[in-house]
Amino acid sequence: MTAVNSALQYLTGQLRQVGLFIALIVIIIFFQITTNGITLAPINVSNLIVQNSYILILAVGMVMVIIAGHIDLSVGSVVAFVGAMAGVMITQWHMPWWLAIIACLVLGALVGAWQGFWIAYFGIPSFIVTLAGMLTFRGLAQIALQNQQISPFPDEFRALGSGFLPDLGGGTSFLEPLTIILGVLAALAFVIAGIKQRANLKKYNLADEPTAWFIAKLVFTSALILLIAYLLASYRGTPIVLLVMGVLMVGYSAIMANSIWGRHIYAVGGNAHAAELSGVNTKRVTFTLFINMGVLAALAGLVFTAQLNLANPKAGEGFELDAIAAVFIGGAAVTGGVGTVIGAIIGGLIIGILNNGMSIMGVGTEFQQLIKGLVLLAAVAFDVFNKRRAKATLK
Amino acid sequence: MPSTILDMRAITKTFPGVKALQDVSLEVKRGQVHAICGENGAGKSTLMKVLSGVYTAGTFDGEIWFEDKLCQFKDIKSSEAAGIVIIHQELALSPFLSIAENIFLGNELAKNGFVDWNKTNLEAAKLLARVGLNDHPGTKVSELGVGKQQLVEIAKALSKQVKLLILDEPTAALNDNDSENLLNLIKHLQGQGITSIMISHKLNEIKAVADKVTIIRDGQTIETLDMHADDISEERIIKGMVGRDLNSRYPDHTPTIGEELLRIEDWTVHHPVDQSRQVVKSANLKVNAGEIVGIAGLMGAGRTELAMSVFGRTYGTNISGTVYKNGVPIETKTVAAAIKHGIAYATEDRKHYGLNLLDNIRRNISGAALEKLARWGWVDKNREHVVAEGFRKSMNIKAPGVGSITGKLSGGNQQKVVLSKWMFANPDVLILDEPTRGIDVGAKYEIYSIINQLADQGKGIIVISSELPELLGICDRIYTLAEGRITADVPRAQATAEYLMRFMTQAKEQDI
Repeated sequence: MTAVNSALQYLTGQLRQVGLFIALIVIIIFFQITTNGITLAPINVSNLIVQNSYILILAVGMVMVIIAGHIDLSVGSVVAFVGAMAGVMITQWHMPWWLAIIACLVLGALVGAWQGFWIAYFGIPSFIVTLAGMLTFRGLAQIALQNQQISPFPDEFRALGSGFLPDLGGGTSFLEPLTIILGVLAALAFVIAGIKQRANLKKYNLADEPTAWFIAKLVFTSALILLIAYLLASYRGTPIVLLVMGVLMVGYSAIMANSIWGRHIYAVGGNAHAAELSGVNTKRVTFTLFINMGVLAALAGLVFTAQLNLANPKAGEGFELDAIAAVFIGGAAVTGGVGTVIGAIIGGLIIGILNNGMSIMGVGTEFQQLIKGLVLLAAVAFDVFNKRRAKATLK
Repeated sequence: MPSTILDMRAITKTFPGVKALQDVSLEVKRGQVHAICGENGAGKSTLMKVLSGVYTAGTFDGEIWFEDKLCQFKDIKSSEAAGIVIIHQELALSPFLSIAENIFLGNELAKNGFVDWNKTNLEAAKLLARVGLNDHPGTKVSELGVGKQQLVEIAKALSKQVKLLILDEPTAALNDNDSENLLNLIKHLQGQGITSIMISHKLNEIKAVADKVTIIRDGQTIETLDMHADDISEERIIKGMVGRDLNSRYPDHTPTIGEELLRIEDWTVHHPVDQSRQVVKSANLKVNAGEIVGIAGLMGAGRTELAMSVFGRTYGTNISGTVYKNGVPIETKTVAAAIKHGIAYATEDRKHYGLNLLDNIRRNISGAALEKLARWGWVDKNREHVVAEGFRKSMNIKAPGVGSITGKLSGGNQQKVVLSKWMFANPDVLILDEPTRGIDVGAKYEIYSIINQLADQGKGIIVISSELPELLGICDRIYTLAEGRITADVPRAQATAEYLMRFMTQAKEQDI
């Protein structure tokens, strides 16, 4: 009885994460059927990853900001500003592409530092500061471009957005070998890391995850990684931007879970007073958090510009809303203190697949907006419902 | 014999998996003050939520008879309509509205949908007079102290034609003066025919005002004692609450006092907003290794302000004075610096300042000394687990595991998590601000034992408390604080409640 109970309790605790994942899969299957298999066609999977990359990058930064109890409305404008500056640096100042990328990331850090300064050290609410930033950086983007567009960009720069890793099969093989190798390696790494962690937990007698569940999770996830690798390999191979995103996802998940900085972000969002009285430099945490967001927004700007091969003063409009929606669909709390990087990524993927699937089906943009809005509301409502039920069981 | 106003019969309330109340009965006589006591988690609050309609009729078993009518309350509004008003421990006033607006919030005195301000203020003034508050009805609630806010809550209840007033730990946040005031008011209202139910941890208060006391333990009624008929001692009530005799409420302790650890000299702190006001005035105090030093003072005397200004200047402006650690002057300008110098401060308000209630026990315990578990900025989770698990066992934190969310623990267990956090940081001097506020008798005893252990390890402990018996029970030396000034330094042998109180209320000297 207790064993069954504890297993059930465990699953209830995981319900949010598992539910999110299941929702993603259900949506994929739904579109796979309604689009007659186009959704999971290799070329579409590749496009899905490439075309949603910048939102996912923004969502990673945004979830951290939201966990700390803040918000950043300026990221869309920062995307435009950094894209504009990349255009100016490369085509007008004739900077080498790699130097321009570095300079743009530094610029993003400066943008973040500017906003972080007002928020952390001046105590102005982030909503106001970044609302101001939304206007300011949009304006700066327009000024930098003198309301023109800049195009084209060198191929090396464009590769960041739309390039692929070299094809080891020389473009003739049925499956691109490098992608398969990377996929197998990633799946292996995932399995080994999972087993190692569990062994560690066992050593300290802390494993609370049912074994069957653990194995199911490992098998399912590695199968998923291999499936994606297979699909990508049967098109043009691994998009460079997927590699970037993979590094961000793994890196930031680890940072949020295990680094002092990440733990301080949760502490500040959960209870800023308590964090301060525990010796956490809450101002510095907030300040660095916005620098981080600035750098990630700059990266998203570079990827977006590279992908479109165009620096446009109107770029990135509404990106902040997509990123914020992704974070909340991914289970973060408006009040701060709760959320995960993985959740935000899955939230972003759900939005991306909804966009993609509905476009293929020929649903008009007006209905796309409507449906996305309802999905966001439903996800958060599910959260609230879930929490209430959890409370009722615990009291 | 007065008639029965309230009769709750065989109330059983179950939550999935837990029986919160089992067959609880409560009979309250008209015009009496009826106290309910029991350890935290005994079911007192659940019972009051059943009574006030927070839990809708039908979600529990049993019957509620109020004024000889069987009642089925759908919500708080319907219980209020019947004349039952509950005042929660956390006051539910809107800080930026006036007293009058708060009193009539949700019950606005209006004509054609517009508030009749004259009538509102007039009626409010009448109600304020009844509770003995002379502030203007237009005063913003945020400008009032907690004691006066409590009175506003009662005025609000009176405006609803209350017949049965339920007070949930009404004096938990009040100083002795305000508490006495409030207790007198409850007696006074009793004279006007208002029946009160008072949930309280403070046995001396129960003795002072209650006609009857019902003791609840583990969701069951243990007994109802008539405070007049029998000569009920505090020990007698405690015995009912914990189900065992507590030979002593304070563990025995023989101190071994060593060298001076911390000395504060000429410490002056100004109010952060009203900078001309000195909140702490030239305070001098010291604590030795192995010594438990108390700071006694009424609310507003500057106890917390003194502690927080020393701990990383987290309170006040224009702070002057010197802090010596082992005889050497140190800077404690930031919390991190204070912690580095071996000073820790456990707050009086653990929910707002002590814990991240959204996070689990493990991460709260490691929160003040993450560096100890980290290399190159990365936390070793496994070691953290071991450390937290160690504290959970040694401190007897009642939770399924260190992964439990602290927001779901009882007050006593939350306090143990806060203490664990600071014990893990391993300071030399530990300042404990109201370490046993709002926790039950059994857990208090455990906390006292922990404090003694820490002192025996050679740490210096400073305990700030509103409860004089507590200071008298555990401290080796007690400072009295009055209006920001240290007025006496009293060794244990000399200290009595009356003696301390004399210095705590010492006549005002002229402000400089």
